[in-house]
Amino acid sequence: MALAPVPVGSRFDPPVIDPRDRGGPAQPLLIARELRKHFPVKGARGKSVQAVDGVSFTVRKGETLGIVGESGCGKSTLARLLLHLVVPDAGELVFDGEAVGTSGGIAVNALRRQVQIVFQDSYSSLNPRMPVRDSVAFGPFIQGRKKAEARDLARDILAKVGLNADLFGPRYPHELSGGQKQRVNIARALATGPRMVILDEPVSALDKSVEAQVLNLLRALKRQLNLTYVFISHDLNVVRYISDRVLVMYLGRIVELGPVDMIFDRPLHPYTRALLASRPSMDPAHRIEEPPISGDPPNPIDPPSGCRFRTRCPFAEPVCEHTAPPLAEWLGMNSHIAACHMQDPGSGHSRAGRT
Amino acid sequence: MIFYILRRILYAIPIAFGVSVVCFSLVYIAPGDPLQTVMPPDATAETIEIVKHAYGFDKPIPMQYLIWLGHVLTGNFGMSISTRRPVILEVTDALANTSLLAAFAVPLSFSIGYAMGAIAGCFPGRWLDRLVTGTAVVGVSLPNYWLGIVLVVFFAVEYALLPATGMGPSGSTNFHILEWSSAKYLVLPVFTLAMIPIGILARTTRAAVAEVRNQDFVQTLRAKGLSEWAVIRHVLKNSLPQVMAVMGLQFGYLLGGSILVETVFTWPGSGFLLSKAIINRDVPVLQGTILTLSLIFVATNLVVDLLQSLVDPRIRRA
Amino acid sequence: MSDIALDKPLETFDEQAAPATLVRGYWQSVFNRLRHDPVTLFFAAIVLLIVLAAIFAPLVAPFDPYKDSVIARLKPIGWRDHLLGTDELGRDMLSRLIYGGRVSLLMGVVPVLIASIVGGLLGVVGGFAGGRVNTAIMRAMDVFYAFPSVLLAVAVAGAMGGGIGNGMLALTLVFIPPMCRVTETATTQVRALDYIEAARATGAGTITIIRYHVLGNVLGPVFVYASSLVSVSILLASGLSFLGLGVRPPTADWGLMLSTLRQSIYVVPFVCALPGAAIFVTSISFNLVSDGLRAAMDVRM
Repeated sequence: MALAPVPVGSRFDPPVIDPRDRGGPAQPLLIARELRKHFPVKGARGKSVQAVDGVSFTVRKGETLGIVGESGCGKSTLARLLLHLVVPDAGELVFDGEAVGTSGGIAVNALRRQVQIVFQDSYSSLNPRMPVRDSVAFGPFIQGRKKAEARDLARDILAKVGLNADLFGPRYPHELSGGQKQRVNIARALATGPRMVILDEPVSALDKSVEAQVLNLLRALKRQLNLTYVFISHDLNVVRYISDRVLVMYLGRIVELGPVDMIFDRPLHPYTRALLASRPSMDPAHRIEEPPISGDPPNPIDPPSGCRFRTRCPFAEPVCEHTAPPLAEWLGMNSHIAACHMQDPGSGHSRAGRT
Repeated sequence: MIFYILRRILYAIPIAFGVSVVCFSLVYIAPGDPLQTVMPPDATAETIEIVKHAYGFDKPIPMQYLIWLGHVLTGNFGMSISTRRPVILEVTDALANTSLLAAFAVPLSFSIGYAMGAIAGCFPGRWLDRLVTGTAVVGVSLPNYWLGIVLVVFFAVEYALLPATGMGPSGSTNFHILEWSSAKYLVLPVFTLAMIPIGILARTTRAAVAEVRNQDFVQTLRAKGLSEWAVIRHVLKNSLPQVMAVMGLQFGYLLGGSILVETVFTWPGSGFLLSKAIINRDVPVLQGTILTLSLIFVATNLVVDLLQSLVDPRIRRA
Repeated sequence: MSDIALDKPLETFDEQAAPATLVRGYWQSVFNRLRHDPVTLFFAAIVLLIVLAAIFAPLVAPFDPYKDSVIARLKPIGWRDHLLGTDELGRDMLSRLIYGGRVSLLMGVVPVLIASIVGGLLGVVGGFAGGRVNTAIMRAMDVFYAFPSVLLAVAVAGAMGGGIGNGMLALTLVFIPPMCRVTETATTQVRALDYIEAARATGAGTITIIRYHVLGNVLGPVFVYASSLVSVSILLASGLSFLGLGVRPPTADWGLMLSTLRQSIYVVPFVCALPGAAIFVTSISFNLVSDGLRAAMDVRM
């Protein structure tokens, strides 16, 4: 059985074949093509927040794709687009070889049986009037199981995420700690037996010690349940810990994509470099005097023309203003590409082809 | 900012039209033939025909509405069945008398209510707060016409200090505010009318002030070394928008709720006119009064909204 | 960041501490809070008393409320067997007050109930649908908001000619807009929360989401608001009767009694003030009970 090439430098295990598999091991589980979502601004006609603007990537079966970016870059919108919680304005999604939402492909409801989402643990992530076991059982119940069956499933899943079902099942969300609530969120997502889980800032609201526990839980669950993850976060260390490949977003567009170690050790895009350089070092000898990035993030309603990062890029040149740099052609799981004129020998940038 | 004002005014217009539709339909929900409601019972057949044509009762209802609207916009509210006078004259006369009451009741109730609420809000939990809250609850649960009767029993019957009813022997024509002989007729009605707004305003102000006081920025002000009095000024200013909205509503109450108080004291205002119109089944007067009072209320709310946006910059940005 | 061993069994996370307090449902904790609130309990008892007296009026009232007597007119408190005196037609005040409670409670509760259902439905639909539907519904409500409540009630009841049915209809109309608005606000707030999105992500349909997630979280504040409207409704209803727009004589009703007794305040002032006292006590009791309910339900969970 020929397996797809393993990305360089990843802690990657070959996936076990799921009974619901349609496309085979070489088929990426999810392909996103030119996804676009603009939110019209109330009052100002014609203007819109360009939350996601032409995003394309693939997710291989069994991998963890990390998505990094600052607030406002569109990663949360992207998470919702993948489940059609927000309907894309343009672009398509292909799940295990079938186009989502089209006749002949896979319906959105069917997609939601195979893909689930874990939200950031906010006070509103769980229904305050429902005991925890009912919140977890709700998914299976909706998807056709009887109440008793759903409750049993909920017990199993709660045990899997490390919560004693008898102790925690009847509790209400306000009686749980942050870490426990997030485990319930994870249990809720897993209760319906998905193949892929999208995690939108799942540990950002947790204390550091709890964060480590939840991350390890996620990794263990991934192996146990044969899952594929799309992991969104603004925290670079967390992303590095858990991802096989990383995608960097800026103002609605992808600026860099590649295996995790290559992104972190040899970043190509100036934005990625600046992000990595902004992490304060623990060593007082390595103090940074100047911030690696200057200026404020620009307005997503009126993004800069051409390359959106040019207003903060130390290497910006006139060509960056006129032409938006395309993301280089993606050739496979080991591809490390960036959307920057400096990476493109034919772009006309003075430093093109030299980095 | 100017756009907000324009938009708000523009928004009030369909509301005003909606109000006029409701008033118009009052004639039609009344039992019996709509024609009977606008005609005195002893009208001749000729008059009936003329009125029928003028009101357009033979035409479809939307057409009748437009005709009625046309009349209204030119100030023609029809004729009162009982007094045969033009309705608009009746309404304006009555309104003048009610305005007299309101002119005293509004400042009285707003200032007392706001002061009570502000004091209670600044000292939550203490006896002052409990006193104010208790008084407010009583004020809100008391039927104001009953209070009027009780006050009349006490001041007019038992102790003959103040007159029981009316505007004085000469009525509204010879009313001199500055003389006690006339002014004494004002005391009981004004106080009765002011009671409910005092209660509601005290409650609302207390809640608003207590809420603002709990916000973080108040602690910051104190930490910066501001005197307690200056802090209180900030708190009061921030709680003002919420209170203003309620003040607008209370003004509306004074317009509408005056009907009960005016009936008790036989004060010849718009409320009393309304209750007479109900007894006499004088629908044109009913319509005209309600239309006028409601439109005044709409205008008041508009003014309050605009004032609110002046005081609270957050609203302007929308 | 070092790699923590993944072969550690998943059950040994150290947050498995036993709960210090018993697990309690939301309504149970509300009930508990109420138990320790003496003021609310006291007034709830009064409300219960009034309701029971109204229901069992034939058993409780000492005299027939319609039996008039020419010689016993306008007698003061305590005259012969009439604990609270007699009215202008010689009928026993206490009995008329008890029977009057029936009408007042009816006209207080029924309009609020109907308005809650109708207004609540409109509010949930508008709040959940959002957009144009919501705007249309709320604008329609705004037109009725443009009338001061007393005025609207009087206008509708007056135009329709009075009577208990028309009075209740008028009051229902007055209460539908505020119920709609409160429900719409609550629904809009709940709809924006994450757990609703999570429910959508599992594929739940709109009705299901409303049934399981929205209603439970919206009913609380809506119920509290509705209970505060009951006291207003009692006041408005008695006001309508006072103006002659409620029940017709000889039915006993507090507002009507106040109106007919007005002439007699010079004779037996305290007896004539009694119906108003009844309205006041009933209204304030409902008011304070609803305040207590709101305080008990308002804890940030």
